[in-house]
Amino acid sequence: MLNLTNRSKVVVPTELTLMERLYLPAILKGMFITLSHLFKRKATVKYPEQQRPIASVYRGQHVLKRDDAGAERCTACGLCAVACPAEAITMEAAERKKGEENLYREEKYAATYEINMLRCIFCGLCEEACPKEAIFLTDRIVPSSFTRGEEVFGKDKLVESLQERVDVTKRQTQEVLAFKQNKKHKHNQTIQDKLIR
Amino acid sequence: MEGMLMYKIILAVIVFAVTLGAAAYMTWGERKLASWFQDRIGPNRAGPMGLLQPIADGLKMIFKEEMIPTHSNKWLFILGPSFFMLTACLTGAVIPWGSGFNSDGIVYPMQIADINIGLLYLLGVVSIGVYGIMIGGWSSNNKFALLGALRASSQMISYEVAMGLALIALVMMTGTLSLGEIAQQQDAGYANVVYQPLGFLIFIICAFAETNRAPFDLPESESELVGGYHTEYSSMKLGFFLFAEYINMFISSAVMATLYFGGYNFPFQHELGLEGNTLVILQTSALFIKILIFIFVFMWIRWTLPRFRYDQLMNLGWKVLLPLAIANIFITGLVMFFTGKLS
Repeated sequence: MLNLTNRSKVVVPTELTLMERLYLPAILKGMFITLSHLFKRKATVKYPEQQRPIASVYRGQHVLKRDDAGAERCTACGLCAVACPAEAITMEAAERKKGEENLYREEKYAATYEINMLRCIFCGLCEEACPKEAIFLTDRIVPSSFTRGEEVFGKDKLVESLQERVDVTKRQTQEVLAFKQNKKHKHNQTIQDKLIR
Repeated sequence: MEGMLMYKIILAVIVFAVTLGAAAYMTWGERKLASWFQDRIGPNRAGPMGLLQPIADGLKMIFKEEMIPTHSNKWLFILGPSFFMLTACLTGAVIPWGSGFNSDGIVYPMQIADINIGLLYLLGVVSIGVYGIMIGGWSSNNKFALLGALRASSQMISYEVAMGLALIALVMMTGTLSLGEIAQQQDAGYANVVYQPLGFLIFIICAFAETNRAPFDLPESESELVGGYHTEYSSMKLGFFLFAEYINMFISSAVMATLYFGGYNFPFQHELGLEGNTLVILQTSALFIKILIFIFVFMWIRWTLPRFRYDQLMNLGWKVLLPLAIANIFITGLVMFFTGKLS
């Protein structure tokens, strides 16, 4: 017979000795194994009070960033939706009206932006695809809900609030940061920059 | 006489309450022990150490939706768990919980009914117990439930034989069927387990089988039979089945402690120089400590051994335990004959 590996062993059934056939020694041995587990360190983490450390680049609930002036960065280009392997992202674009310059950074913005958190696999490809540094994954854990509908997060849950900015510095690499700081690129200019010019 | 009757009624109520309370907290203990054996910490949210968990579980059971299958026999379906619960609670009546305390010269025995055929009563009630499971499983009109009930009844009947024969050796030795007397006799000498180690081993194995506990939990084997005889049960009826199992466990622990481990007696009890009633309280606590140890063994075994296959179960019952029990009777008889204990 052809051996695929040399790890195979021929099992020879041997007659059990009287002690083995009694089973009681084996049962006692087993019982002392379980008894020893009574005094072992417990593996349980008491979750809400006690949390396991998470990676510094943990990929949790998304955030749609605003720029420093508070205008939404997203231009509804749709690259994140294209990049998303789970097809969790949908959006509708709209044109910025006059007087909305402080709300949206570019001429086009996302009127609706939805991420289905039940579909999302938190791979972070949306973040990688985003040319505007608008979407980031954060270390926040997506809360559970009673209905599936609640798990489709709209802009109300995704866009960061003006008062409580979400820190994404851990997920921004130095290269990206340097690129973003470079005002030579037009998409990095805020309204203020443009006004100054 | 009147006072004695009142006392007996009060004692019955106390025993009933203690049995139910102990069974409730055994569910907590089981869950705690199970998790400790598996390196977890177990229920710890309801109250300190999860001590309110049995109450939460009970409330949950009560508020669950009551389902009675359309094609089931409704009355039998309700009778099943009620009967199982009833028989589980009946056994506590003959167990001596203590020697009896003195009040104004009258001795109040800590036993509801010291009937002279206590052991026979015990075996009788235990064998009626199978009817609860049988009725419940059969009236559900469900194949899994029926299979579970069949397994339960054949298992319980098979193991009752060996159990009864193991007890016969004990009865030969003690010369009485009264549990009170058996407990009392162990005050003077050693506990019966010293004289009847094989009988005790057979008895404890049969007790595991009778209470449908692992490794003999085939009637309700979750993995094959979806829950066995209580597949169709929901709400408090299911609760009754599960709860009665714990009552059975408590009672059989008490029976084992009484028959083989000296009952309420503890070593050197008369050397302590205590006066009557304090000693009685100590004796009752000693009995409860013994019961707790047995309950621990029940749970310890459950979380150690895997379930038997059905043919293995039957082989063990009929081909191993039964001959062993008969041999035990024979050896006991021989020893009694040669030591001149035979009158």
